[in-house]
Parts: sequence; C-alpha cells; structure tokens
Amino acid sequence: MSATVQPRGRYEDLVVVRDLRKTFGATTAVDGVSFDVRRGQTWGLIGESGSGKTTTARMLLGLEPASGGSVDFDGTEIVRARPKTLLALRARMRMVFQDNGSAFNPRRTVGDQIAYGLHRFGIAEGREARRRVVDLVERVGLEESHLGRYVHEFSGGQRQRLGIARALVTDPDFLVLDEPTAALDVSVQAQVLNLLKDLQAERGLTMLLVTHNLALVEHMCDHAGVLERGRLVEAGPVDRLLTAPRTETTRVLLDAVLEPGAAGARA
Amino acid sequence: MRTANATTNGTTGAGPLLDVQDLSVDFHTDTGVVHAVRNVDLTIGPGEVLGLVGESGSGKSVTSLAVLGLLGTRRARITSGRILFQGEDLLTLPPKRLQALRGSHVGMVSQNALSALDPSCTIGAHLVEVIRRHQRLDRAAARAKALESLELVALPDAARRLRSYPHELSGGQRQRVVIALALACRPELLLADEPTTALDATVQKQVLDLLLSINAELGTAVLLVTHDFGVVSHVCDSVAVMRRGQVLERGAAAAVLRDPQHPYTRALVEAVPRLRLSEQERSVPRQRRRLPEFTEVAGGVGA
Repeated sequence: MSATVQPRGRYEDLVVVRDLRKTFGATTAVDGVSFDVRRGQTWGLIGESGSGKTTTARMLLGLEPASGGSVDFDGTEIVRARPKTLLALRARMRMVFQDNGSAFNPRRTVGDQIAYGLHRFGIAEGREARRRVVDLVERVGLEESHLGRYVHEFSGGQRQRLGIARALVTDPDFLVLDEPTAALDVSVQAQVLNLLKDLQAERGLTMLLVTHNLALVEHMCDHAGVLERGRLVEAGPVDRLLTAPRTETTRVLLDAVLEPGAAGARA
Repeated sequence: MRTANATTNGTTGAGPLLDVQDLSVDFHTDTGVVHAVRNVDLTIGPGEVLGLVGESGSGKSVTSLAVLGLLGTRRARITSGRILFQGEDLLTLPPKRLQALRGSHVGMVSQNALSALDPSCTIGAHLVEVIRRHQRLDRAAARAKALESLELVALPDAARRLRSYPHELSGGQRQRVVIALALACRPELLLADEPTTALDATVQKQVLDLLLSINAELGTAVLLVTHDFGVVSHVCDSVAVMRRGQVLERGAAAAVLRDPQHPYTRALVEAVPRLRLSEQERSVPRQRRRLPEFTEVAGGVGA
C-alpha cells in the first residue's frame, strides 16, 4: 500500500472543486466551475456535447492539466500536485468510459487489463491479484472463464461490466462515470445502473455521473449541476433542480427527456 | 394524416403502403444457422409512423434492411415471406427495379450520419448525385432541388451549407443532411434505423420533431427502428415489439404503452428511466430505487 494515501472519511466532502478553468488557446472550455461532492453520494454533471463536462471530469482526476482553480480530493490538492502524489491518488479515483470497446486494448486479454491497476499501484501480485480480479468479475456478473478473452468477444453491456471491474479493482473511493450507459440497450442500461447502485452501497463509493440525460440524473444522483459552454449555470439538490429549474438551459434539457406516458408507467 | 401526397404517387390510398408477410431471414454463420427473423408480419399505411422496437439482436434492423433489399446475399437468406410495397413484391423485383425504388420511393436514414456521408464530398454534391440518379434533371435544376431539400430539414443557412463538407457540421446538422438526402426524391416511406441514438438529448428531440413535421407536411410514412420506448411515445402512431426474430406484440402506440400485453414489452417500457415519478415512487429513497431488469421477467417470457 502507498504511504501517502490520506485516511478515509476525514471530511464530509470527498471532492471540493473551486473555480476550475481550462483554456485551449483562445478557447475557454471550462470557465470557473465550483462544486462539492459529498462522500458516499452521486453528483450529476449535466451538459451536452461541447459543454466542457468531459474536460471537467478529466481535470478532477488529474488526467488533464487545469489552467486554473483547484480540486481538493480528500485533503490533497490535485491541480498543482506533483506526479508522484497524483500517481498515489490515481488508485483511489477511477473512471468508467462511455465506450469500453475502445477503452480496452483489443490485443490483450481483458483479465490482464483488469489486473493492471493492481500491479501498477503495487496493490497485489500473483495469486492474490488473480483472486481479487476473479472476485470482482464475478461480482459484476461475469465469469472467471471470461478473463482470457478479448474485448471484441463481449457485448456492449458486458464491456461496461468489465470497465466497472477494471475501475474498482484498486478499491477506489471515487468513481467518475462518463456517459456509462449511452451506448447500451435500455434493459442493459437498467442492469448497469442497478449494479452501480449496489456497488455504491456495498463499498461506500462516491460517484460523479457525467451525462446529458436528466432521467439518469433523477434516478442516480443526489446533487447535480448543469454545464453550458464551460460554465456551471445551475446546481443544487436533484429534487429541486429537476422540479423547479431556475435557468432556461435546465428547462430545455428537461423538455428533451422523452419518456413513456406517466399512466403507462404505472399500468 | 394527409394522404393527398401519397395518392399522387400511385397508391390507391386503400391498401397498406408496406405489407410484410411471414418474413423469415436466416444467417449462415461459421457456427451454424441463425434464424434472425422469424415469420414477421408488419403493415404500414400511407403516412403512418410505425415504431419497430427491440434490443440488440432482436432482428429489427435485419427486418428493415430486408425491406430495402439491402441484406448481403453471401450469408443472409430470406427463407419465406413477401414484402409488398404499393402492392409489388420487392423480393421478386429485378435488381434494377429495386434500385430505382430505393431512394426514389423508399428513403433510408441510418444511425451514424458521419459514416453515411462521404468526407471528401460537399453536402451539395451528395444531394445532386441522389437527385440526378433518380430524376432527369440538369445540374442547375438538381442544385435547386438540393437547396429545397436542405430547407425542408430546416438546416440553417442552407445555401452556404451546400458547399460545406460533412466534418464542418455538428452531429445534429449532419443527421439533418442525411434526412434531406433520404427525402430528396420525396419517397412515400422513410426507413430510419436508430436515427437519434448518437445525438444529444435536445438534438434528438429536434430531429424527431423534424421527422414528425415532415410526416405531417409531406405525408411520408416512417418505419422507425429503435430500442427506446421514450422515442416511441414521442413520435409513433403504432408499434411492433420484436424479440429473438419474432414480433411479440403489435398495436397502437398509445394502447401498447398504456397497457402492454406481453411481459417483455412491459419490461422494456419500465426500463426507461423516468423524470416524472409518482408520489409513491418518489417516497422510496433514491439509493433504493431500482429499474426493473430484463432477467426478472425472463421466466414469464419463456425461452
């Protein structure tokens, strides 16, 4: 185990984002974003293509250098952190991508890639590593025999389960989910969302859900914010945000949610 | 719905525009024969919007490809059935007639607009090619028609966009161009296979609303392939639910949504995450709210 890892549960908020900025040349992609993610809860980062939501998520994990502002992760500042500090933290904050078909290396077995985090962060080797990977793969609904296969041999839903297993193998505190179900059939989406909720309860995970679908936010998130052209135009508890939106951006997004009529839903 | 446009194109207005009867399609794979479509019956009237709903592997896309005569012949075999379009069986048409029909009477909108467009050709070149393939028009007349098509799909600044390349447009704009291409020859039927799956929520709604307005304005019938009952509820008159190659349930969209007869249909409807919850649903703490999973109804569906 790494010695620099902070003790768990010291602060109420696991992640504190302040005035986060990102510029690419003359373009401002993220423009002074601030929010707090409470420990054990799910925060929804809402926005459409080009709103800056993925860039924001990547900066939170230190995967993308920020141009300004700060991200405090459990007492450690990420934006100006030294590479060594960042590496120690990486095991504790992991990402699940939208398209795990391309997020997995097509030429290595999925088992190797799930286990990689264990080796990279010096968490486990050999038989212990294998045991952890098998336990996790079974927990997400797959089998040990799947570990020797390649990513193209799996369906979209299975790939997403593999992506979740890969993220959880290092026993992280914080999981960033970037449109984790956008490429899935609705019934498979339901399975993945239920699985994420179960895992959150079992492991006390804190999550950030990046999405443009407000119905997902209603289902998954406690607090959320709406990003438009790099600015957080509205944020708050989901129950307020989605029932009494204060900005036109949120209202337009709410209006775009297509759902079967309420009567049919309860039939 | 307005049928006046449809009748000028040769339909009598009485019979269905498309009548798929007992269609079966097999795929011959290395590991054996897959019955991808099994004895499917579907009808679409002039101006009707039918949602063909199912999940990956249900056979919905294969069914729509069969209607276009676009199933590859190497591995796919149609083993039974008829596909009557305006009373003519597409399965017995000579290839030349079929090709003339595609594009001019049946238009296609695919999911991925970027791959449907040639990156090295302008939007105008795409449209002019399609128009001139099906109609005897000179370049100038074809170009005028191309502009008209872009205006029909409400692409902003249409005249300038004729000279744009696909990569210069946003995802939603590209999908509008693909719809303009499909509509360029004013087909009676539009096949749209997951046309909005890759789009942002607000853009998805705009594109679906565009399909609705075209349906109302031109009387174009639409076969919409989707996995999302949210989409169905927004645009479809009727719906057919497919699973494992078979149609499990058909009916008016409102009736099926209100009271699904098949447990599988019910599961698909309920699997859509919702914004508007009942008091009772809201009283359950969010951490404990679960979406109904498919496997939970599988027992009732049978193998």
